[in-house]
Amino acid sequence: MTSLAAITGVTLRKDLRLEWRSKDAINSMLFFALLVVVIFSFSFNPTAEESRQIAGGLIWVAFLFAAVVALNQTWARELRNQVLDAYRVSPAPANALFLAKALGNFVFVSVLEAVMTPLFIIFYTLRALGPAWQLIPVAMLGTWALVVNGTFFAAMSIRTRSREIMLPLLLFPISIPALLAMVEATSAILTGEASAKFWIVLLAVYDLVFTMVSLLLFETVLGAE
Amino acid sequence: MKKAFPIFALLTAVLLSYALYLALVWAPTEQTMGDVQRIFYYHVPSAWTAFLLFLINFVASVWYLVWRSVKADIIALVSAEVGVVFCTVVLVTGPIWARPVWGIWWTWDMRLTLTLVLWLIYVAYLVLRRFSSGTQTPLMAAVLAVFGALDVPLVYFSIWYFRTQHPSPVIGKGGSLDPRMWHVLLINWLAFLCFAFLVSWSRYRLEKTKREVEEMLALEALLEPKGLR
Repeated sequence: MTSLAAITGVTLRKDLRLEWRSKDAINSMLFFALLVVVIFSFSFNPTAEESRQIAGGLIWVAFLFAAVVALNQTWARELRNQVLDAYRVSPAPANALFLAKALGNFVFVSVLEAVMTPLFIIFYTLRALGPAWQLIPVAMLGTWALVVNGTFFAAMSIRTRSREIMLPLLLFPISIPALLAMVEATSAILTGEASAKFWIVLLAVYDLVFTMVSLLLFETVLGAE
Repeated sequence: MKKAFPIFALLTAVLLSYALYLALVWAPTEQTMGDVQRIFYYHVPSAWTAFLLFLINFVASVWYLVWRSVKADIIALVSAEVGVVFCTVVLVTGPIWARPVWGIWWTWDMRLTLTLVLWLIYVAYLVLRRFSSGTQTPLMAAVLAVFGALDVPLVYFSIWYFRTQHPSPVIGKGGSLDPRMWHVLLINWLAFLCFAFLVSWSRYRLEKTKREVEEMLALEALLEPKGLR
C-alpha cells in the first residue's frame, strides 16, 4: 500500500468518487463551456468553410476557460480541515498526491470534451477533411498539457491572495506553445491542408518536459511554509 | 564600496550621453529607411539586455531552489523587474519603427512573438511575487521562473514552425550592417548594460534594506508586545 502507484490510485479513486457524488466541478465546467460555445456561435455566425478555419481556436479556448473552472477547485477541498497539512506530515510521497490530482483533472476535462465536441459539431456544422483519428492524440496530449501545469499552478495559487484569479494569470502565458500546437493541429486536421505531425510531437515534448519538472518540484511547493 | 555607486552612476551617465550622440548624430543615415532606422540603436540593445536579465533571473532562481540563498532571491526579483522594463522598451520601440518601414504596427513574426511571450511570462512572475504571501514568495517565484525558462525553447519551436507554414508578408532585416553602425550599436549596448546594472544595483540595495527593516520590525514586535508596554 505504500508504493507510488497504490497511493496515487487510492487518492484518485477518492477524488473521482467525491466528484461522482457531488458533481460540483463537472457541472459548473459543462455549463460554462456551453455558454462559451453559444456566445461564440452568436458572435461569429460562420459558414461551414469559415468554421473549419476558426473552429480549432474556438474549441480550445472554450476548453481552456472551462478547464480553469475545474482546476481552481482542485485543492480547495483539501484546504478545509487542514487536509493538505495532514498530507505534508504523512509519509505518503507528495508526487502520488500530485499525480492523482492531475489524473483526476484529466478525467474531468476529458469528460467535458467528450460532451462538448458533439455540440461544437452541431453548432458549427463541422466535418474533418483531414485524418480525423489524429484529433484523438491531439485532444489527449493537449488536455494533459493543460491539466499537468494547471494542477501544479493551482497548488501554487492557493498560497496567494486572490487565488481564483491567480491561476489563469500563471497558466496562460506558460501554456502558449501548447495552445498554439492544439489550435494549429486541430485546424490542420479540420481543413486537411497541412500535416499535424509536428504539432503532435511538440505537444508530446511539452507534456514530457512539464510532467518531469512538475514531479521534480511538487514536493518543494507542497512543503513550502 | 559606498563611493563606488555614485562614481559608476556618473560613468554610466557619460557613456549614455556619448552613445546618444553616436546614435543620433555620428551614425550614418540608413539609405532606404532614413532617420527612423536610428531607433534600432535603442531597440536592439534593450532586447539583448532584457534577454540577459531574464537569463540571470533563471540562474538566480535555480540557485535559490538549490541553496535557499536570500541573495539569489533578491537578484532574481531585481533582474525580472529590470528585465520587464527593458522588454517593454523593446515592445514599444518595435512598432514605432515597424509602422513607417513595414507599413504595419505588428506582425506575428518569430522575434516579435517570442519577445511578447517572454514579457507575458515575466509579468506573470512579478504578479505572483506581488500576490503571494510573505515567506513563501521566494520559493513560489523561483519555481515559476524555472517553468518560464523551460517554456522558452518550446515557444521558440512552435512559432518557428507556425511562421514557416504561413510566411509573413514583411521583409526581414537581412543585408549587412555598415561597420560604423556596428560600432554605434555595440557602444549603445555597453551603455544600456551599464544602465541596467546601475538600476539593478540600486534596486538590490533598496530591496535588501527593505528586508532588513522588516526583519528588525518583526523582531522588535516579538520582543516588546504592545499590550505589555
